[in-house]
Amino acid sequence: MKFSLEWLKDHLETDADTPTIAAKLNAIGIEVEGIEDPSERLSGFRVAEVLTAAPHPDADKLQVLTVDAGSGDPLTVVCGAPNARAGMKGVLGLPGAVVPANGMELRRSAIRGVESNGMMCSVRELELGDEHDGIIELPQDAPVGTSFADYRGASPVFDVAITPNRPDCMGVYGIARDLAAAGLGRLKPLAVPEVTASGECAIGIEIADTEGCPAFYGRTIRGVSNGSSPEWMQQRLLSAGQRPISAVVDITNYLMLAYGRPAHAYDLAKLSGPMVARRADEGETVEALNEKTYTLDKSMTVIADQRTVHDIAGIMGGEESGVTADTSDLLLEIAYFDPETIGRTGRRLGLTSDARTRFERGVDPAFLDEGMALLTGLIVDSCGGVPSQVTRAGEAPATPMQLAFDPDLTRRLGGVTVAADEQARILQSLDFGVTRGDAGWTVTVPPRRHDVEGPADLVEEVVRIHGIDRVGSVALPRAEGVARPVATPQQKMERRLRRAAAARGLHEAITWSFLPEEQAALFAEDGQALWVLDNPISEELKAMRPSLLPGLIAAAKRNADRGAAGTRLFELGRRYFRAADGSSDERQALGVVLAGEKSSRDWAAGRAQPFDAFDAKAAAMELLAEAGAPVDKLMVMGDAGAQFHPGQSATLRLGPRNVLARFGALHPALLGQFDLNGPAAAAEIFLDAIPARKGAATFARSVFEPPALQAISRDFAFLLPENVAARDLLRAVRGADKAAIVNARIFDQFTGQGVPEGQKSLAVEITLQPGAKSFTDAEIKATSDRVVKAAEKIGARLRG
Amino acid sequence: MADIDQLRADAMAQIAASDSLEALDQLRVAFLGKQGSISLLMKTLGKMSPEERQSEGPRLNGLRGDVAEAVAARKDALEQAALDVRLASERLDLSLPAPETPQGSVHPVSQVMDELAEIFADLGFAVKTGPEIEDDWHNFTALNMPESHPARAMHDTFYFPDRLEAGDGESRRMVLRTHTSPVQIRTMMAEGPPLRIIAPGRVYRSDSDATHTPMFHQIEGLVIDRDIHLGHLKWTLETFLKAFFERDDIVLRLRPSYFPFTEPSVEVDIGWTMENGRRVVGGSPDPDGGDAGVNGGASGWMEVLGSGMVNARVLEAAGLDPAEWQGFAFGTGVDRLAMLKYGMNDLRAFFDGDARWLHHYGFSAFDQPTLSGGVGARA
Repeated sequence: MKFSLEWLKDHLETDADTPTIAAKLNAIGIEVEGIEDPSERLSGFRVAEVLTAAPHPDADKLQVLTVDAGSGDPLTVVCGAPNARAGMKGVLGLPGAVVPANGMELRRSAIRGVESNGMMCSVRELELGDEHDGIIELPQDAPVGTSFADYRGASPVFDVAITPNRPDCMGVYGIARDLAAAGLGRLKPLAVPEVTASGECAIGIEIADTEGCPAFYGRTIRGVSNGSSPEWMQQRLLSAGQRPISAVVDITNYLMLAYGRPAHAYDLAKLSGPMVARRADEGETVEALNEKTYTLDKSMTVIADQRTVHDIAGIMGGEESGVTADTSDLLLEIAYFDPETIGRTGRRLGLTSDARTRFERGVDPAFLDEGMALLTGLIVDSCGGVPSQVTRAGEAPATPMQLAFDPDLTRRLGGVTVAADEQARILQSLDFGVTRGDAGWTVTVPPRRHDVEGPADLVEEVVRIHGIDRVGSVALPRAEGVARPVATPQQKMERRLRRAAAARGLHEAITWSFLPEEQAALFAEDGQALWVLDNPISEELKAMRPSLLPGLIAAAKRNADRGAAGTRLFELGRRYFRAADGSSDERQALGVVLAGEKSSRDWAAGRAQPFDAFDAKAAAMELLAEAGAPVDKLMVMGDAGAQFHPGQSATLRLGPRNVLARFGALHPALLGQFDLNGPAAAAEIFLDAIPARKGAATFARSVFEPPALQAISRDFAFLLPENVAARDLLRAVRGADKAAIVNARIFDQFTGQGVPEGQKSLAVEITLQPGAKSFTDAEIKATSDRVVKAAEKIGARLRG
Repeated sequence: MADIDQLRADAMAQIAASDSLEALDQLRVAFLGKQGSISLLMKTLGKMSPEERQSEGPRLNGLRGDVAEAVAARKDALEQAALDVRLASERLDLSLPAPETPQGSVHPVSQVMDELAEIFADLGFAVKTGPEIEDDWHNFTALNMPESHPARAMHDTFYFPDRLEAGDGESRRMVLRTHTSPVQIRTMMAEGPPLRIIAPGRVYRSDSDATHTPMFHQIEGLVIDRDIHLGHLKWTLETFLKAFFERDDIVLRLRPSYFPFTEPSVEVDIGWTMENGRRVVGGSPDPDGGDAGVNGGASGWMEVLGSGMVNARVLEAAGLDPAEWQGFAFGTGVDRLAMLKYGMNDLRAFFDGDARWLHHYGFSAFDQPTLSGGVGARA
C-alpha cells in the first residue's frame, strides 16, 4: 500500500521527517518496502513563463517560444502543444532532466533547424495524470524559476506492506493512529461532516442473506455532476498508484484508501426496484467492472435489484450500473460483508480487488455511519446533489470484546518490563478501553481489531509500540557440562552415509521430489498408486517420486548434454508411498547413478572404461557396510526390477523378503526413455530396510587375538555349468571345512578354449588358518579332498 | 719372494680391468678357485719348512685376502654401474598425469543442515522430522490457519486429490507441506513438553521464478517450556546466527510482524555490509541508508527469519495447556542461509545436479562441521 507524506499529515500532526517515520513504521510492524521521492523524479523541471510564441519557420504544427525559467536570458524552446501561448505559465524541463513517463533524458538539440533548450511538459509526461492534449498550465501566481517539485509540494511516497491481520491499517488513517500511539505525533480527530439529508432513500434496501451480509446501508444522491475529482484528491490517489477516473469513482476509492472503508456507488437510473443482498442463483452471471463476466453460484453473496445482479458483494461492482460521466443520480452502498463468504467467493471466482482484500480481512464494523457521512460529504462537495436519508438494513457485529489481562504477562511472555501506566497508555492510544482492577485488568477491544483475540495479542500491542528493540537477550538455560548428544541412530547413519558416498567419489545432488507422471510410473512398484498433484506447476513436476533413480538419471542426462564424459551422482532422500490409512509413507533411500565413462582414455590404462554393474555393486556394498548393514550375510538375488538390465542386475537381501538394495546396469530401453546414451549403472539402497545394529550400545569392541600361526592358501580350478552362480561355489567350498577354511575367493573366471560348451572355469583361492599347531601335509590333503567333494555336490569338478 | 708381489700386481691390474661380472668371476676362479693360481700357491705352504712357513704364510694369506677383497670391491662397483644403467633406462616422465581418484562432494544444503544441527545440538536442540505429504490439519488448521484464513491462500499450496479420513468423521485434504511448521505440531503431540527441537527439511510452494523454486528447504526451531519469553528467542537467534556465520558483528533487527501460528510475531532482519564488492552478512548498517529497501547502498537489512511466541491456539491444537506452557518458534530458509554464507547466487542451480556446480560449491566429505573447528568450511 502506498501513500504520500502529505496525506499522512492530513491525519497525523507531526514534525518527524521521512526517515524517522520510515524507521518508526518498521519498528511497529508496518514494513516499509520502499520510499519514493517525487522531487527526485521531478528534478530539472521548473516553473517557467512563456514570453513570446511565434510559428516555427519550417513546421506548421510547431511554435518557437521564448521562455523565462528564472535564470539569466530567456531560453528558446520549440513546442508542439496547441495551447502554448505568450503569457502562460507552465513547466519547463531543462537539458539533463529525465522525463518520468519515458525515462528519456532531455538534450539541447535543433528541431527542424531551430535550437531548443528544453521541453514544455504535459501532465502525462510528468506522470501526474492522463492528460496529454497540451502542456501544463499553471496559475498566474506560480513563481517563475522555482523547482516544480517544490511548487507542487511533491511529497515522498511510502510503500508499506500491511500484514493480513491488520485491515485497520489498510487506510492511511489507521496508520496515522498507530504512529501516534508510538509517539510520533498527534492523531487528528476524524472530521465527519454533518450531512443535510432530505427525503427517503429513493430505492429499497433489503437483506435476504443475513449471513453473508449482516449490514447494508444505502443512500441516494440526486442531481450530481460527475466531473473530475479535486486536484488534492487526484494527487493522493496518484501517490497510492490509483489512476483518477471520475469524481464519484475517485471518492469511493479515496474513502477506501484513507479509511480502509470500501464503498460502492451505483447509477440509480440503471436500477429497478429494491436492492437486495441475497445469495446468487446457481449459474447466474454478471459482467463486472473489469469487463469480465463471472458465473456465480449459490454460496456467493450479491447485491441485485429485481432484474439482475449489480455487485459481487464486497468484491467488485457490475458494469451495467457503474457510474459514468453522465450519471446524475447515485445510490451509495456501505455494507458489512462476512469475511469468510468474501474470501470463498473471491477464491472460487479467482477475482481479487482492493475491496475484497479489506472485507476478507475484516473492515471496521463500527464505521458504517461515519463512512457513509464521509462519502456523502466528499461527493456533495465535488459533485453537488441532494442526499437522501440513509436506509439501514441489518446491523454489523460491532459489540466490543472484553479481555481479562494481567499486565505482568508483558514481562512473562514479551520478555520486557513495561510500567503499568505506560501499558495502559499504549492500549488506550490504540482505542482499547482499559479498566484497571485489583484482580487484573479488563481490556475492551475496538471492533475494528479482529486480530485481537487473547492476552498475547495485547502483549504484542504493548511490545511493538513500546519498542521490540527494548526486549533484551536472555540466554536459554542450559544443562550443566558438555552438551549431550541429540542425534538419533538413524540421523547419525544418514550423515555418515552421505559423507561416505562423497568420499568414494560421488557428488551429492538434490533433485525434485516430483517427476513427470510417466517417469514416476516407470519406477512405481507393483500395484503402487502414485501421489499425483492436483495443481502441479508443470507436467514435469507432477508425481511424487517412488524412487531416487529417475531424478538422478535425468540429472546425468543434463550433465551428458553439457559434455560430461562420466557422471557419478548420489542423492539421499525420500521415496513416497501410501500408508494403509491414506497418510503418507515416506521412506529414506540413497540412490547412486554412474553414467558414461568410469575412467577416460588414458596414456597408461588405455581405452576409456564404461561403468558397469560391478561398479554399482561396489557402491551398494560399501555404502551398506557404512550404514552398518551385515554385508557378510547379504544374498545376491535377481529381480532388481524392470528398470534394470535383466542379466546384469540383482538385489541384496537379508532373507528372501528383506531387500536392502538393488543395483546393476540400467535397462537400455529405460535409458532411451530418458534420452541418455550409453551404458549407465545404478544402485538404490533402502535405508528403512537396514536392520538396527545390535550391540551398538557399547563402545568396546569384541576382543581381537591374532592367530599364532601363519595362514596358508591353496588354489583350485573347477569346471562347472555356466548357470551355477559363483556364490554357490564359494558357499559350498567354505562349508567343506568350516573350522579351517577362513576365506574363499574367486580370482579367475574363464570360458572358451579348453572349457566345454555350457561350462565355465572358476579358479578359487582358499585360505586355511591353523589353530594351535601347523597343518600336516595329510591334513591339508584331507581338507583339499573335502573341498573338491563339496564342489562336486553342486556340479563342479576339479579341472585336470 | 718377488713373484708374490708380481702376482699381486698382476691380479690387481686384471681385476681393475675386468668390465663385466662374468669376466670378474672368471678372474676369481683363476686366482682363488680350487685350481686357482693363488690357491695352488697356498698349497705349497704344506711342503715348506716351519721357518719358511713362518715367513711365507702371512704373505700368502695377505695376498689371498687382498685379491678376495679386490674382487668383492670390483663386484660392488660393477653391480652399482649395472644398476645405474638400468635405472637410467627406467626414467619416467613424471609430468605425465597420475591415475586420479574421483572426488565427490556433499551438497551445500546438506552441509548447512549439518552445521545447524551441530550448533543447535550444543544448545540442547534435537533434530525432528515429519512427512512432506501432509494433511491440511497439520499444515494449516492446527497452526491457526482455518480454511477461510487469508494467509492460507497466500501459501501457494500444492494439493493432492486425496483425502485422509481422520477418525471423527473429519476429512482432511492432502497437501505438500508449505513449511516445516507441521513438525512442531507432530512433535508436541508425540512427545509433549518441554521441548527444544529443530526440524529441517523440504517444503513446497507453487511458485517459480529467479528467486523461488517450487521445492526448497526450511529449518524450524521450537522451544516449549514454562517460562520461555521473547528475550530467549532473541538470544537464541543472535547466538545461532553468530555461530553459523562465525562472526561476532552480526546485528539483528526485530520487527513486529504477523504469522498465524505465533503471537507476538517477529520478523528478523540481519545487517549486511559490502566486503570486496560482495554483500556479506555482518556489520552494522548505516542507520540512514538501509531502512527502506535501498538496494544500491553499501549496507542494509535483509529479512532472514520469521519467528514469534507460539500462539496459544497452536498449543491447544497440539494438546498443551497454554496456561502452563509457552515458548517460541522460528523458521528460515536453509538454501537462503547457504547462499548468504557460501556465496551462491542462483537458487535454481541447487536442484539441477550439475556436476560442475556441485564440484565448485559442494564440500569435501571431511568438512564435517564441529564446534571445536568452527562449523563452517572456508573457501
